[in-house]
Amino acid sequence: MDGKKKAGFFKNPLRRWSWLFMGPVCAAFAIGFVWPFIQGIYLSFCKFKLIRDAKFIGFGNYVSAFADETFKHAFWYTALFAIVSLVLINVLAFTIAYLLTQGLKRSNLYRTVFFMPNLIGGIVLGYIWSMIFDGILSHFNTSILLESKYGFWGLIILVCWQQIGYMMIIYIAGLQAVSEDMLEAAKIDGATKMQTLFKVTIPNVMPSITICTFLGLTNGFKLFDQNLALTAGQPFIIQPDGSNIKTTEMLALNIYNTFYNSSSGSQGTAQAKAVIFFILVAGLGLLQLAYTRKREVQQ
Amino acid sequence: MDKNTLSAENRRKNILSAVLGIICIIYVLPVVAVVINSFKVNTYVKTNTFDIPTGEMWAGFANFIKGMTFGNYPFWKSAMYSTLITILSTALILLFTSMAAWYIARVNSKFCKAVYYLCVFSMVVPFQMVMFTLSKTADKLHLNTPWTIPIVYLGFGAGLAIFMFVGFVKSIPIEIEEAAAIDGCGPLRTYFSVVFPMLRPTMISVGILEIMWVWNDYLLPVLVLDINEYRTIPIHIQYLKGSYGTVDLGATMALILMSIIPVIIFYLACQKYIIKGVAAGAVKG
Repeated sequence: MDGKKKAGFFKNPLRRWSWLFMGPVCAAFAIGFVWPFIQGIYLSFCKFKLIRDAKFIGFGNYVSAFADETFKHAFWYTALFAIVSLVLINVLAFTIAYLLTQGLKRSNLYRTVFFMPNLIGGIVLGYIWSMIFDGILSHFNTSILLESKYGFWGLIILVCWQQIGYMMIIYIAGLQAVSEDMLEAAKIDGATKMQTLFKVTIPNVMPSITICTFLGLTNGFKLFDQNLALTAGQPFIIQPDGSNIKTTEMLALNIYNTFYNSSSGSQGTAQAKAVIFFILVAGLGLLQLAYTRKREVQQ
Repeated sequence: MDKNTLSAENRRKNILSAVLGIICIIYVLPVVAVVINSFKVNTYVKTNTFDIPTGEMWAGFANFIKGMTFGNYPFWKSAMYSTLITILSTALILLFTSMAAWYIARVNSKFCKAVYYLCVFSMVVPFQMVMFTLSKTADKLHLNTPWTIPIVYLGFGAGLAIFMFVGFVKSIPIEIEEAAAIDGCGPLRTYFSVVFPMLRPTMISVGILEIMWVWNDYLLPVLVLDINEYRTIPIHIQYLKGSYGTVDLGATMALILMSIIPVIIFYLACQKYIIKGVAAGAVKG
């Protein structure tokens, strides 16, 4: 009872200032997120060019989104990209983090170097690497814009360069939390380095591995700037019906192009694609939450 | 352990360290490539990308001078707008989200909980979901200038900041604030002279994350701002391509170099905080 009274004594004056403490954030949040989100859901069921002449048409946009070959292509391309980049980034980042926690000389310097690309923005990264790839490929009379497999692996190399350092930081934090005693015990019991790594260290950094796995997956799905700056979807394949399949176009770029670089009247389809994309990405996020929660209970 | 295994262990470590050193050198090569090509005559960038510019390849500072006005838009203006937007947005986000987070954590009413969960929810929503409607809303409310776009950043970026601040406020004992209230501090004074200083570590983490996000962001400003009037550095770099048909790679590399030098200086100066902030932002949940 006493505690409650005390809290009230403190809370009630604060409540009178709610307009100042909550007002700005709530207003900006409504403008920057809540209203656009609700309107976005609504518009995905409408045919529109400008928002004010939106006409409700039910699930038509979703039907045309799922029927869109470029969207399907972008989905599978993105999924493949996300998985390949996820595996590569995590394996390399874990290896580097493991080596950097072995008490090597100059570890801090190396950590600084590996993390550095993470601060460079996606657009700039895209142009740096397109110069490098074209510098190499021009000796073979080709370009990253001419072969979709160059575009794919080029983008993989780019995101590896950018994100290995980031994941490495998370892994280093995880590895440093593994108790010395446990590693010592394993050593005394005669475990080899490899056995210690796979039987003691890795099980103990599982939380970091979960975080990095889902981060890698959602980062892969949401990739936009790098994709736009490196290849912008090139090379294109012209379909029999005259439409273009942009072979290296990922989901986010596909949605952007449907909104802004497409024949008129496709905005509804684009918004429906955006909702599907949101459900996909949010689903991955919720899966992560459920998974980490479950692990926390077990521990 | 006897001496032999110890020195074998040391030798192994030295070799590993050397191998990592070589990988590190390879790792910085892309940046080195930017540096050497920014001093190279344009026609050689594509054919001799990895050569040191000497003799007729050497362009001196011509690329930098050309780059300043290249693309029908002065580079210094883009740099200025980028800086303005980044500073204003980060300041707005830090001030207002920390205030809201304190209110949410301490009052904890139904409304507060609703706002908090909405914020958490907003963190999993990709930008493509709201980009069309958000840019139209921002247009309508005249939030399409560098001075007003920070409000859009505050709205879309509130989620992570509120989430991190609420988590931190909950870990500070409420007794300190109660003592201040008993001593006659009103909520405003309690916040600014008692709570605000205690939030410092989280302020730094959130600030770093927001600076990195806003500075490098391309899609939000390109959709919201009138790009004939206002450009940020990423927009500037992206539009170099469209403006002349063929890109002047030498000048582009000079601009890229000028845009990453401040980032690298910022990184080397606040490395400790950046790495800490990034780790804090990743382990949300």
